[in-house]
Amino acid sequence: MIGYNFAYLDEQTKRMIRRALLKAVAIPGHQVPFGSREMPLPYGWGTGGIQVTAAVLGRQDVLKVIDQGADDTTNAVSIRRFFARTAGVATTTHTAEATVIQTRHRIPEQALREDQIIVYQVPQPEPLSKLEPSRAETRRMHALAEYGPMHVKLYEDITRYGHIAISYDYPVMVNGRYLMSPSPIPAFDNPKLDMMPALQLFGAGREKRIYAIPPYTEVRSLDFDDHPFRATRAPHACGLCGATDSYLDEVVTDDRGGRLFVCSDTDHCETRRAAGHVGEQAMAAE
Amino acid sequence: MDETLLSARGLSLSFGPVTALADVDAELWPGEVLAIVGESGSGKTTLLNVLSGRVAADAGVVWYRDPAGRLQDVHAMPAPALRALHRSDWGFVHQNPRDNLRMNVSAGGNVGERLMAQGARHYGRIREEASAWLQQVEIDPSRMDDMPRTFSGGMLQRLQIARTLVTHPRLVFMDEPTGGLDVSVQARLLDLIRTLVARLGIAVVLVTHDLAVARLLAQRVMVMQRGRVVEQGLTDQVLDDPQHPYTQLLVSSVLQA
Repeated sequence: MIGYNFAYLDEQTKRMIRRALLKAVAIPGHQVPFGSREMPLPYGWGTGGIQVTAAVLGRQDVLKVIDQGADDTTNAVSIRRFFARTAGVATTTHTAEATVIQTRHRIPEQALREDQIIVYQVPQPEPLSKLEPSRAETRRMHALAEYGPMHVKLYEDITRYGHIAISYDYPVMVNGRYLMSPSPIPAFDNPKLDMMPALQLFGAGREKRIYAIPPYTEVRSLDFDDHPFRATRAPHACGLCGATDSYLDEVVTDDRGGRLFVCSDTDHCETRRAAGHVGEQAMAAE
Repeated sequence: MDETLLSARGLSLSFGPVTALADVDAELWPGEVLAIVGESGSGKTTLLNVLSGRVAADAGVVWYRDPAGRLQDVHAMPAPALRALHRSDWGFVHQNPRDNLRMNVSAGGNVGERLMAQGARHYGRIREEASAWLQQVEIDPSRMDDMPRTFSGGMLQRLQIARTLVTHPRLVFMDEPTGGLDVSVQARLLDLIRTLVARLGIAVVLVTHDLAVARLLAQRVMVMQRGRVVEQGLTDQVLDDPQHPYTQLLVSSVLQA
């Protein structure tokens, strides 16, 4: 595109972001401040993720963008088109073909490989934000690894609800050292963070923080010995492809209580259907 | 019992023209209750904050003998070590329990926090311990899952004490623990503190303006006036036979009921 640098951001900005990324990879789970730029989309739409993607994108890369697991939602479509126009890179909806995957709120069902990078959009990078209002104090807590209050929150959940009632943005310990927010992915996806072969980068644009999990790093979801972490999913099969092991979205289909549970990962669902898997609702429709 | 737990030499601190501490020495032996008395603004709370390492002094040194028997310079300790000390081996009881408690966390969670900060990761055992401590401070364990805001002032203060003592500290700093409570509640709380301290062998530095509290709890008293220690000694000796004019004034101004 004429008048713009490759992938929109100027090279100096990319350099600054790459420096922050290097530092973030060197200290897994530690939040590194960076000079977040104004981007042509509103805060909360992925300004952090889009800057990280711009900084790591090369001409040979193949980009996939998902929002809540779907390739065809507004946020995913517009960010994918943004990079197709400003960087001219190839885009795809297939997880296996992508080299860079920018995501909001999900990790693809298909296991990622060593030659892939996944970029998370993060609204609130500070996992202690709801417990401690002062950022000066939360930084001190990270520095001294004082994470007792987070366990107090889990304790309160068990006391009140009988189980740990965090269904998304479930706090994790990275490499046995830093408490980290995994971004608002469902707790269902937390086990995928652990020992993932792909490089995981996290960008928070409004909060101006970058953090990362290098490949094959231990990531543990916080829990108690007698109340271990459990990934939860809706107890149904996907209505379209019949999958019983994927994360499901609940879709209201009429005003008489009709419901459809479908894979939130659209690529996963389409791949399975192409391979001949048929779910109950899809069968009934035929 | 011949080694001091905490000793301070030559503590001085001034806030601009105001002298808060002037060349204060203090000593505390294991299992002993030391009361610091004096009127408002005499430097009692400042001394407590300096002794506990929360405020740095202009001059002087505070030594603490850790459980391994090594002497630690409280103000030269690295921040992580000092914070660890405050979380485990030391406790701090504030005048206003709301300063210390988490008001949006249940009573059990409040008591369990220090355990979890020390790495306890077994929900059932944390609850058992919390329940035992609530009983020790005479709070019905059935109130364990209630929010502190539903507790009375006296209960809040007892909850704060349970929260502080749960890690079995060797040294507790108390800043007017009975302030702001009515007289009957004060009496009960004093009785509780006295029993717990005696049973657990905790050393206490107690700041109070109330000579009756000092007489009831403390073995030794330090009287402060304008940042200086004007008189110190055994509680009964100081309060029954005050030598310094200021102490005589303090003792004579207590209302006799």
